[in-house]
Amino acid sequence: MKKINLIFISLILAISSTIAIAGDWSKIRIGTEGAYEPWNFTDSAGNIVGAEIDLANDLCKRMNAECTFVQQDWDGIIPALTQGKYDVIMAGMSVTDERKKTISFSKAYMTEPARFFTLNSSPLSTFSSAKNLNLDDDGSATVGTISSLNNALKGAKLGVTVATIHEDFANSYLDTDLKIYPTQDEMNLDLAAGRIDAMLCDVGTAEAFMGTAGGANVVTFGPNVFGGPLGEGVGAGIRQSDADLKVMFDKAIADASADGTITKISMQWFGKDLAP
Amino acid sequence: MRFELMYESFFKILKGVPLTLEVVFISTLLGFGLAIIIALMRISDNKLYSVPAYSFIYLIRGTPLLLQLYFVYYGISQFSFVRESFLWPILREPFWCGIITLTISTGAYSAEIIRGGIQSVSQGYIESGKALGLGRISLFFRIVMPITIRQALPAYGNELILMVKASSLISIVTLMEITGIARTIISKTYAPVEIFLVAGSIYLFINFIITRLVKYAENRLSIPGA
Repeated sequence: MKKINLIFISLILAISSTIAIAGDWSKIRIGTEGAYEPWNFTDSAGNIVGAEIDLANDLCKRMNAECTFVQQDWDGIIPALTQGKYDVIMAGMSVTDERKKTISFSKAYMTEPARFFTLNSSPLSTFSSAKNLNLDDDGSATVGTISSLNNALKGAKLGVTVATIHEDFANSYLDTDLKIYPTQDEMNLDLAAGRIDAMLCDVGTAEAFMGTAGGANVVTFGPNVFGGPLGEGVGAGIRQSDADLKVMFDKAIADASADGTITKISMQWFGKDLAP
Repeated sequence: MRFELMYESFFKILKGVPLTLEVVFISTLLGFGLAIIIALMRISDNKLYSVPAYSFIYLIRGTPLLLQLYFVYYGISQFSFVRESFLWPILREPFWCGIITLTISTGAYSAEIIRGGIQSVSQGYIESGKALGLGRISLFFRIVMPITIRQALPAYGNELILMVKASSLISIVTLMEITGIARTIISKTYAPVEIFLVAGSIYLFINFIITRLVKYAENRLSIPGA
């Protein structure tokens, strides 16, 4: 009986600890992956740093909240939010209709197209195509670009990270041998080693890799890909029940965008302006 | 609990069973051969054999399997001379990296199991064999090995089960076996409890079959009435 009581009490505590904080947002826990340079990553000293960390600290100041960061693997990052391990996801996560079924999002704070990357020794590096591929437009130009991409990628091994907009896009538009990685870091290593022929990811994170010695031979090819399953830009993931927190984030993001803070952070980490 | 999701996922995850079994089967087979060689080196009186064997076992048993897999897959491929060597077509493939890692691991653990079995063969049997005029090789295969297998089988059955479970680690090097498929489904459905229950049950069933087979072999090999 004692044991049952104990279980019961700890259950109540577990439930109430997630309820009690609703409405009181003086402390906000932010979940991030820490393996997606330069959005969020772990430096050699083991600290989580990156554009989103700087942005989160700025947003929290605007909301008069004290923010802490929680590191969470990407493939469990949404369940951990719904289970209350943290209150917000800021992890280079694109706002998509698919994810909106489970969580809600703030307005986008940064936006960036996806691109393909390969080694400069690969025949893919000379592939040329239209500059942009907008998946919201289903005209003949879009269809033509996709079919020329598929021709170039025939039989090639294409890397994507698990449960990303890029995996969704590759699954629904591309006909190629897909290799699915848990993190960007592991995919980078395999591209450099030649285990995969190409990878598809956000431009910024690939450029961060290209700036290191290991990624010196990496080049980009193909069009800028955006729209459709690639979503509306990167936003903060918030539990659907925390509508008040979403309002706070929307306002803080709008302010940070208006006074140039997002542009400043973006220039510092990406070398270009990703402000929405 | 989303039972419909569990039902759908069951058939998706089932598609990973052949790869799991294939990896376990190949690496267990290769690992068993490796283990016999290592075990014989380990009990040798010649230090030239026993010291390398002991070091190998010590190194492999003392480090995490996950780390060994990372080392084989991501570590070795960092060197360009490896990527240019004749070994690269093998080391390039995640499948063979998984096989190599698991073979080395089970080789080390099984070597200790086999060594225990060999050393349990009583001196009396060996002397009787010698008295019958058996040479070193036939003494080993006809007297020592059969007794060793009988002695070591329960412990080796345990190792087989550990191998099935260890094979789940290869999902981190892009191989879509049971755990790999389960993780992919979870990252889309956000239902870890349901999917892990399904994946866990499949492992449980595989291991149930293995324990039955080992038990059957134990019964067949046991001395009647002993």
